[in-house]
Amino acid sequence: MNAVWAHLPILIVLVPLFGALLAGFARRADPAFAIALVVSWVIPFCAGAMLWQVLASGPISYHLGSWAPPWGIEYRVDALNAFVLMLVSMIGAVTMPFARRSVGFEIEEGQRPWFYCMYLLCLTGLLGIAVTGDAFNAFVFLEISSLSTYVLIALGRDRRALLAAFQYLIMGTIGATFYVVGVGLLYLMTGSLNMVDIAARLGPAWADNSRTIIAALAFVTVGVSLKLALFPLHVWLPNAYSYAPSWATAFLSATATKVAIYLLVRFLFSIFGVAIDLRALPVAAIIIGLSLAAMYIASLIAVFQSSLSRMLAYSSVAQIGYITLGIGFVNLAGLTGGLVHIVNHALMKAALFLAVGAVFFRARTVQLDDLAGIGRKMPITMTAFTVACFGLIGTPGTSGFISKWYLALGAIERGWWLVVFLIVGSSLIALIYVGRVLEIAWLREPSAAVAEARDPPLSMLAPLVLLAAATIYFGFDTEWTAGIASTTAKGLLGGLR
Amino acid sequence: MTAVLSPESALALALLTPFVGASVLPLFHDRPNLREAVTLVTAASLCFIVLQLLGPLQHGARPEIDIIEIVPGLAVAFKVEPLGMLFGLVASSLWFVNSIYSIGYMRGNDEPRQTTFYVCFAVAIGSAIGIAFAKNLFTLFLFYEALTLSTYPLVTHKRNEEAIRAGRTYLIFLLGTSLLLLLPAIIATWVFAGTLDFKPGGILPASLGAATIAALLALYVFGIGKAAVMPLHFWLPAAMVAPTPVSALLHAVAVVKAGVFSILKVAVLVFGIDTLSSTGQATWLTVVAGVTIILASVIALRQDNLKRRLAYSTISQLSYIVLGVAVLAPISVTGAAMHIAAHAFSKITLFFAAGSIYTAAHLTQVSQLDGIGRRMPWTMGAFTIGALGMIGVPPTAGFLGKWFILGGAMQTANWLAVAVIFVSTLLNAGYFLPIVYRAFFCDSVDDGHDKHSGEAPWPIVVALTVTAAGTVLMFFLPDVPFSLAKLISGR
Repeated sequence: MNAVWAHLPILIVLVPLFGALLAGFARRADPAFAIALVVSWVIPFCAGAMLWQVLASGPISYHLGSWAPPWGIEYRVDALNAFVLMLVSMIGAVTMPFARRSVGFEIEEGQRPWFYCMYLLCLTGLLGIAVTGDAFNAFVFLEISSLSTYVLIALGRDRRALLAAFQYLIMGTIGATFYVVGVGLLYLMTGSLNMVDIAARLGPAWADNSRTIIAALAFVTVGVSLKLALFPLHVWLPNAYSYAPSWATAFLSATATKVAIYLLVRFLFSIFGVAIDLRALPVAAIIIGLSLAAMYIASLIAVFQSSLSRMLAYSSVAQIGYITLGIGFVNLAGLTGGLVHIVNHALMKAALFLAVGAVFFRARTVQLDDLAGIGRKMPITMTAFTVACFGLIGTPGTSGFISKWYLALGAIERGWWLVVFLIVGSSLIALIYVGRVLEIAWLREPSAAVAEARDPPLSMLAPLVLLAAATIYFGFDTEWTAGIASTTAKGLLGGLR
Repeated sequence: MTAVLSPESALALALLTPFVGASVLPLFHDRPNLREAVTLVTAASLCFIVLQLLGPLQHGARPEIDIIEIVPGLAVAFKVEPLGMLFGLVASSLWFVNSIYSIGYMRGNDEPRQTTFYVCFAVAIGSAIGIAFAKNLFTLFLFYEALTLSTYPLVTHKRNEEAIRAGRTYLIFLLGTSLLLLLPAIIATWVFAGTLDFKPGGILPASLGAATIAALLALYVFGIGKAAVMPLHFWLPAAMVAPTPVSALLHAVAVVKAGVFSILKVAVLVFGIDTLSSTGQATWLTVVAGVTIILASVIALRQDNLKRRLAYSTISQLSYIVLGVAVLAPISVTGAAMHIAAHAFSKITLFFAAGSIYTAAHLTQVSQLDGIGRRMPWTMGAFTIGALGMIGVPPTAGFLGKWFILGGAMQTANWLAVAVIFVSTLLNAGYFLPIVYRAFFCDSVDDGHDKHSGEAPWPIVVALTVTAAGTVLMFFLPDVPFSLAKLISGR
């Protein structure tokens, strides 16, 4: 047991990687699904064990092949990584049972094993980004997750998915290039790729090379912002989320952008923030400005969407704005709010997109006009959907409220009363786009398109209901969300220069 | 009264009972009689349980339960205090009467989706009880939003275009104001006071300065959209499309009462009357309340639709309660609290009567009511008592609340408030007495309507007789509301 325990940081990457290989060799849908399911259910234990270890006895440092850092690759897990690992693996574990029916319905038989193979590769990449302490290794995992994501999206139900995947491929590649250019500049300045080491060496280099370091900061920030879909670098997201297979959308919306946000936080707070005084640069101001723009513009666009999945995609852009807003506040309450919203938004968006998948599974459409009266035909699905919608609005009693509370406190701590009103004001737009759907779903007479619809089978219903219940649960018990987020935020801010 | 329950367990039970009822109701979807029995039993037990709290409260007990602290500052906790007790009593007792009425009305009009109706109703009452017994602002806010969401399906009960539009207005006004104004006010209170717990004398320091206090008070007064202070009143007339029992719930039992109750509670237990008067908040609040009272009354005068006239009357009457706060005298606060109870009983009587007329004779307009009193003596008799209560004529409960508010206004030499009360009394008489006159003293015109309809189904008649009797009884036996209301101002 001890042998396993010590190697958890690498196992969390290796298990899904070998799972992907096996799923690729399986050639048939059911064994591939079984492998994906087993892997998805094992990973949370690894992540949980590491989180427990980190909270009990501080960061874990794992040296790949026993090469000492900064020469070898170091996997370094602190509260922030463990938090993200836990989130990604839990989302995978909870949503996986949904995949079998949904994928079986939407994807041709011959391609199904590849779907699971790509999912496992994507999981490998996402977990890898979160676990590694090496800036270039993070790039490698970023590419693994991105490439597999392109495939996942391209497997979508109609030909528009191909274009969406291609669009994302172009944007994603630009993002990755920006990131690697930034990392290259950092390597030039410090001669190191180890994050902790870079942070230590960057400070002394600042005096002579401030311009290069600022360029590195800009490249990394822009590159990662593309991956996390920070407004206005979000244009790939709505198409990707609308045309990807339903289950892939649910998984990606809850994990991929969130891991990119993690990377941004890591670079800003553990590398640049430690080495140089970021407050002297307008990084926070830019992030806050773009976040507010995201919250309003993307929400407004969401109001006018005619497709349910597109509306939720724009809502994601807006909600990511909340997260980056909290990061931009650079204070305890704000950062806690941003980090806690990573989890809260992941849970509710996964629930919402799973509900969309369930609706497509039964009604074969996600156009709002066709979905009149769907609530009466699929009551459990739409109740879960409704609960998650309240989370998006941030009504008290849902996890969304907790995020908003911290964000507002963060704004007040800064003395920005106007921003407080902007935060609560944007939830009003959420009320409008969400209310529009709920009205159609619950109050209209069932349309012909949904006449035959009924709640999906248990394997699809259970993940959906579980995630919706989590939206309520984490609105009351915040020990595992806001509690850890607050500890993490304290740690990150304590390290700032 | 001998206590069967300890105050703490009574409090917990009071909070749980409506929700238990709501979860049991769907099981009897196919057996209407049993379903209605569940509603009645739940309502009756809630009433009984809330009454159990009254005795200990009057002897100084303040039972409380802490459920969970979500994050520092946000705790779900309950505590019984006099004002909440008063609201809890009004809501639970009227729920019982309203349930009897609902059964008559929903069956009489053959309404669809009755199970949903009763479930949402129970959840709404549960939320109202949560608001009544909230120990802090967050708990109040939590149930305030729950009340909005649970009443939304009731407002849109008819599911037609008009109902859906009304529901939209309802949600946007109520959720909108609460998210946009009330929530920042609560956050600011937490930042300034370091606590959200209600406390006699208030929690906000007077040292904040007049401008900050005024801004914060404005956020609360307008953020609590359920109080329907102008210009945030549009949702209330729009919501008139709902079935009459829902209107009664909105206007008398829970929704608007939750609004003015919250304003009263915030003024007394968050700001503190002394803080408010020492920072000079009386004038602007008096103007806002006064304008609402007069304007709403004038609009009511011009409404031919009976329920719309009643709706504007509610808007005007609610602002009496805000006015009672604005006067900032302890006696007027007592009056405001009394008026919550008095208005509840009178207004529910009026709505019951309007629904009774609709059920029995299918009439909705004031101009159609000529001679209706002769065919429906019980209904229109009760209507008359309710109308007198609105005007504030003794021997109805409406007189008491008005009397105390007026007394407070004279004490503090707030002549504007005095003038508003006098003018609005005249206006009230102006829009209610013609209805009574038409009903009893005009001959019915032949307009093709059924002239032989008699009284409405008996549950309706029983319900409106009970509430009309309550309106009069409260005048003669005001001990319970008065003793509670007096405890609120602490003098």
